[in-house]
Amino acid sequence: MSKLAQILTANRLRDGEVVYWRDGAWVLSLAEAARLGDKDAADAALKLAGADVADRVVVSPYLFELRPDGRPVKEREIIRAEGPSVRRDLGKQARHVPV
Amino acid sequence: MYRYDEFDARFVAERVDQFRYQVARRLSGELTEDEFKPLRLMNGLYLQLHAYMLRIAVPYGTLSPRQLRMLAHIARKYDKGYGHFTTRQNIQFNWIKLVDVPDALADLASVEMHAIQTSGNCIRNVTADHFAGAARDEIEDPRILAEIVRQWSSLHPEFSFLPRKFKIAVSGSEHDRAAVKFHDVGIEIVRNDEGRVGYRVYAGGGMGRTPYIGHVVGEFVERSDILAFLEAVMRVYNQSGRRDNLYKSRIKILVNALGADEMRRQVMREFEELRAAGTLEVPGEELARIARYFAAPDFGAPTDDVPEFDAARASNAAFRAWSDTNLAPHRAPGYAIATISLKPIGGVPGDATDEQLDALADLLDEFGVGELRVSHEQNLVLPHVRKKDLPAVFARLEALGLGTPNAGLVTDIIACPGLDYCDLANARSIPIAQRISERFGDLDRQHDIGELKIKISGCINACGHHHAGHIGVLGVDKKGVEYYQLQLGGSGAEDASIGEILGPAFGEHEIVDAVEGVINVYLERRERSERFLDTVRRVGIEPFKARAYAGWAFHI
Repeated sequence: MSKLAQILTANRLRDGEVVYWRDGAWVLSLAEAARLGDKDAADAALKLAGADVADRVVVSPYLFELRPDGRPVKEREIIRAEGPSVRRDLGKQARHVPV
Repeated sequence: MYRYDEFDARFVAERVDQFRYQVARRLSGELTEDEFKPLRLMNGLYLQLHAYMLRIAVPYGTLSPRQLRMLAHIARKYDKGYGHFTTRQNIQFNWIKLVDVPDALADLASVEMHAIQTSGNCIRNVTADHFAGAARDEIEDPRILAEIVRQWSSLHPEFSFLPRKFKIAVSGSEHDRAAVKFHDVGIEIVRNDEGRVGYRVYAGGGMGRTPYIGHVVGEFVERSDILAFLEAVMRVYNQSGRRDNLYKSRIKILVNALGADEMRRQVMREFEELRAAGTLEVPGEELARIARYFAAPDFGAPTDDVPEFDAARASNAAFRAWSDTNLAPHRAPGYAIATISLKPIGGVPGDATDEQLDALADLLDEFGVGELRVSHEQNLVLPHVRKKDLPAVFARLEALGLGTPNAGLVTDIIACPGLDYCDLANARSIPIAQRISERFGDLDRQHDIGELKIKISGCINACGHHHAGHIGVLGVDKKGVEYYQLQLGGSGAEDASIGEILGPAFGEHEIVDAVEGVINVYLERRERSERFLDTVRRVGIEPFKARAYAGWAFHI
């Protein structure tokens, strides 16, 4: 069982935009995503997300871990949340989506 | 350049309609993602970190002005104003919306472009020497054969579901600019003792997790036999290549499991059968018809004595620097091949904006260059420029931010998109390329170092060709943090070799110092006109290793 809080994420089917789970819906910002504090909450969210896959809202939902300071463990998730580190004018970071 | 016939045009148009329908079925829920994924991949559409990515084929790296303008249009209308040229001479757009892809493909089809054979387990878009038809050392334009291979391989029913992807490259010169020995099949156009032109065929080369240099499976294949020979290679692979393990399914694994002799024996057995049947013989008239599309333009009879060129070199230091590195000898007197660097100091290797693409199309028209080439080194090439036009061409390139005088130098770095864009990546590649480029940005220093090819991949799949870099950098992930392995001594040219890993990986903030350290060792130890690669080969990696890990607290 993971001791770190988890985030549920996916890509939106229509345009591939990175989205995060929050209260049964999908938000654009990591800062607004639900922190899933235990395995039961994470598993429940992932199960619910399956319905949105079937409804063609998102593709490939998965969970990732946050460090205690709230940053994702993996660099990959920081880049997904912000946009390319080499083009700060593009992606979520350019639209001032909170990370 | 080659123009589609009615069959090609109809086929591409039908494919666009077919994919439009498939996208609609995906959006309506008739297709699940698992069902749709292979279909989108057959049309070059990937889902990456931030969005979908559309990879568009640039067969043998040749683009016309109208195709360039269309790519600029795609960048503007469906993307964020830029595209990324890849190490397979293709172009990728990073921000495509699934719902827009059918329209984008329809727009591309109007200029004979598509995304077929840019993904999936098929024979991929064939690559060729980017100096094709222009190089002074060329035996024959490799695009003629590349086009024949394209026609044979596109939707070949027997080879649409191979064990894994299959990449073919063709070189027409002794000097290999197409990295043929690192391909599943590499073809080198050669002339035999009787003066006849034919093909030397290599098989089983590749990069990725298990790098291999290809083995010669056909020492001299006659022109008319080449498709039968290639089909023989494909049959052996299709029949015996592994399908049980993704990492062992490329032909390189098969060739090295069988051994080169047994591979040759099996290929020859299939080849004799196919040749006897005679159905795959390349007809001489068809060869001639295709060759006409690639016939060189009329160069006239100018001389290599071009006072305008010499005067510009004498008076303009920037032009002199650019012409020192970015020009290559052309087959016709009075002409040159000009490399347009897509590696501005500190920039993103391989990226070009819509304005640059449009402006390049104008430049091609204005100076009668005719076509542009994409190189596997992520640069562009003007294949036929009158030397007297070069000062004006350079001025235009400079104004577009495309006049960087660094072709073949330390800042002319190959880098895959890496973790900034790619779903498969373990680490970022582009920022490392940028930091190295900035560190060595001084032109005098670059010239002092001389020819040096740095190649960076963000994962083991090796899209950044790190195994073939004089200096190779491979990004790895350690518990979510990026680290970089350094390797030395690789080459993708005719003296192909696989780089040797130096030791433990470096942190993001250590790797540029490590690269600088090994370059300094070269500067200290080189003899006469040795390139970096030559010195590494002569002295071995130990002195480089000692410097790179000099500050480390342990002995390695």
